[in-house]
Amino acid sequence: MKSEQQYIDLFTRFEDTINKHSTALLNTPRRQAFEDFRRMGFPSRKVERYKYTDISAAFAPDFGLNLNRLDIPVNPYEVFICDVPNLSTSLYFVVNDSFCNKVQPSATLPEGVIVCSLAEAADKYPDRLAPYYSKLAHTEEDALNALNTMLAQDGLFIYVPRNIVVERTIQVVNILRADVNLMANRRVLIVLEQGAQARILLCDHATDDRDFLTTQVIETYVGENARLELYELEETHARNRRFSNLYLQQAAYSNVLLNTTTLTGGMTRNRTDVLLNGEGAETNLYGCVIADGCQHVDNNTLIDHRVPHCTSNELYKYVLDERAVGAFAGRILVRPDAQHTVSTENNANLCATPEAHMYTQPMLEIYADDVKCSHGSTVGQLNEQALFYMQQRGIEPAEARMLLKFAFVGQVLDSIAMEALRDRLHYLVEKRFRGELHKCEGCKLRK
Amino acid sequence: MEEKNKFVKEVAEKKYEYGFTTDVQTEIIEKGLNEDVVRLISSKKEEPDWLLSFRLEAFRYWQTQTMPTWGHLQMPPIDYQAISYYADPTTKQKKDGPKSLEEIDPELMKTFDKLGIPLEERLALSGTAVDAVMDSVSVKTTFKEKLAEKGIIFCSISEAVREHPDLVKEYLGSVVPYRDNYFAALNSAVFSDGSFVYIPKNVRCPMELSTYFRINARNTGQFERTLIVCEDNAYVSYLEGCTAPMRDENQLHAAIVEIVVKENAEVKYSTVQNWYPGDADGQGGVLNLVTKRGHLRGANSKLSWTQVETGSAITWKYPSCVLSGDNSQAEFYSVAVTNNHQQADTGTKMIHLGKNTRSTIISKGISAGKSQNSYRGLVRVAPNASQARNYSSCDSLLLGNQCGAHTFPYMDIHNDTAVMEHEATTSKISEDQLFYCNQRGIPTEEAVGLIVNGYAKDVINKLPMEFAVEAQKLLNVSLEGTVG
Repeated sequence: MKSEQQYIDLFTRFEDTINKHSTALLNTPRRQAFEDFRRMGFPSRKVERYKYTDISAAFAPDFGLNLNRLDIPVNPYEVFICDVPNLSTSLYFVVNDSFCNKVQPSATLPEGVIVCSLAEAADKYPDRLAPYYSKLAHTEEDALNALNTMLAQDGLFIYVPRNIVVERTIQVVNILRADVNLMANRRVLIVLEQGAQARILLCDHATDDRDFLTTQVIETYVGENARLELYELEETHARNRRFSNLYLQQAAYSNVLLNTTTLTGGMTRNRTDVLLNGEGAETNLYGCVIADGCQHVDNNTLIDHRVPHCTSNELYKYVLDERAVGAFAGRILVRPDAQHTVSTENNANLCATPEAHMYTQPMLEIYADDVKCSHGSTVGQLNEQALFYMQQRGIEPAEARMLLKFAFVGQVLDSIAMEALRDRLHYLVEKRFRGELHKCEGCKLRK
Repeated sequence: MEEKNKFVKEVAEKKYEYGFTTDVQTEIIEKGLNEDVVRLISSKKEEPDWLLSFRLEAFRYWQTQTMPTWGHLQMPPIDYQAISYYADPTTKQKKDGPKSLEEIDPELMKTFDKLGIPLEERLALSGTAVDAVMDSVSVKTTFKEKLAEKGIIFCSISEAVREHPDLVKEYLGSVVPYRDNYFAALNSAVFSDGSFVYIPKNVRCPMELSTYFRINARNTGQFERTLIVCEDNAYVSYLEGCTAPMRDENQLHAAIVEIVVKENAEVKYSTVQNWYPGDADGQGGVLNLVTKRGHLRGANSKLSWTQVETGSAITWKYPSCVLSGDNSQAEFYSVAVTNNHQQADTGTKMIHLGKNTRSTIISKGISAGKSQNSYRGLVRVAPNASQARNYSSCDSLLLGNQCGAHTFPYMDIHNDTAVMEHEATTSKISEDQLFYCNQRGIPTEEAVGLIVNGYAKDVINKLPMEFAVEAQKLLNVSLEGTVG
């Protein structure tokens, strides 16, 4: 049996249950998404954007789904704290795929800023949601979008109104917790109106030692002159499979910094599509991957320059240890009218063992002539001369290697504007290279 | 501005210089493709049974396949039944072929004159042996005796099948098996003729070997097959140059080039391709769908591909290297120019299998008019290929705001000791440089020529001398006045 069949059967049998425990807004595109999914099935590895990850096999096992929206017995706001030094945030939790609104955190947000569940937002502010939900993540072009739209029942909604600056970082901790193998379909919608500013940190964690399968669709709209910093940090475990599609649409003169850090996980596939829709928009995409064991990390990005005078920078760095497999495919598309585009793309990779595999594919597709675009990509090892130099000065080989690896990813980590997060990641990465730590350990149970 | 526009118009309306048809009596078999046609080709060429069964296997495999569509190309559907698969322009000749220049069909000689290759003079001056292939059958081979002294075999592939069947049997299809791809299967089934080069052990080929391919008869596909075998410690430099007459329908060219390089041997393969690119509206032009691959079998072997591509409506090819020998080295230098409605999706594949192998890729794309120019390349390092080294650089130059330049590099690295570098840039021709030239009294069109030639110099310098001159001229012809 093909692995898509069980999802088709599931939807056919439980469509009503799914609809019942969701809202009209999420239910509207569901049927179409199902049709699209049934038509397409999972993409095979012959599909260019899925060349490096076998989706079908990852979705083949039977996972449990929380279709009846049963609550988890604990209240994370009471039980968990994020104990990262100096990281002062407005903290929210998403457990599996539902926004946890048991107790609103004490942190107060500026007036008009909304952080709540999608279902709640659909009730209270339908006019703010309707123009955005499922408008960027087209179900007809990507089977994962279709599957997520078809099964997602709730999610997270972040809204920053016009000219409002959110000083305090909005931190959302996604916790995977279950007593059976579980599939979670997460949905996130982020809207920044004209002139708004916000910093958002999304942390992925898994608490139970179960097989998890996560699909996630994030749709992000950044208005004119708005500024967004979005950090994604994945720290789950080897039994988690994460498929995340992030769509970002930028209006004129907006500025976005997107940082995706993958530290631990089983199979990770991040698709990031940036649409530069307004003149003068700037986007900075950074990614850092440190993988070991049998980890599989695949970052697939597209930066679509649709209008003139936009700028994009992209930098991804991978350190692959043991039997890890890394893949990076970055496509920069400059459309015929997008004159005066400035775009750079870089991907640098370190393979530390003979079993580690790296696939890289930086692509430029340019239809306008007055542009400056470049890309670069390297795969290699640590510089022998630098190692020798350090050893001459009494630094042990292992330490010297660690320092060099650290410096290698440092370039990406330094792009993080949040000081506390940057320090934390430096600390985590260093520990990770020393082989001492595999978890953030920031999430702690309250005593 | 008006001056400029006038110039642009003149150049844009410039007709393809080499577009003419030679009226040579040609034997063409019926259009269409089926097993009988394959058998007919084989029997016309009086081929042995093993070759016929090779063709038939390939044909049966081809029938099970569908044409690939992954290229960054807008390709018209090809009606394989509307093509004639065999044309022999020498049937008027005596069966043994011409013995001297006088025996060659005078019409054919005129064709070569128009192409600017007066066979006798140029050969005498440059010391080049030309295996002139017009359509399918070798017309004349010069300097054969001189090469034979050294034990070098340079002849048409059909002759090689007759005279050196063991060699052909051993190497044919060993680098590009018929199952390799759709067009390789097609070629293996219906290949008409091509060149065969065999350089024995410890022999350095004393001259550049060259072939001029021409697609001449109307509606005949050109299915060339080239096989080059270079034994231990041998060396050869092979040149291939192409021009084709003007046609309205797309002409299909699906060739295979196989190169075997053994221990300490070196092969240089240079191509200048200037087939008819279609008119300014994108009508007609040659479809160039070629499989070229070299297998570096021996240790310390070396292979270099150099290509200057200015012609063809569609170019879809990836001259590749399989580096199995330890310490083997491969190079790929390419200049691809597209203008008007031309499309190119070209690049290379470097498959590193042996230890300490290294490869270099230098690709320069130039797009003008409404053309699309893509570089697509693969660098693969197998798990056992320790200490592999690759350097790739792909630059694109855009002349005009309606063209496109794309790069699709793939790197699959399965070994931790590999060092791979890839870089690419895309930009338009520098206004500053143009202005500088203008200031010094150099008109814009000449300045563009100068800048483009300078840009492509890295590659053109790798060509043998007489080719470099031709290539430079070609670049100027293809691009003059594209910046208005």
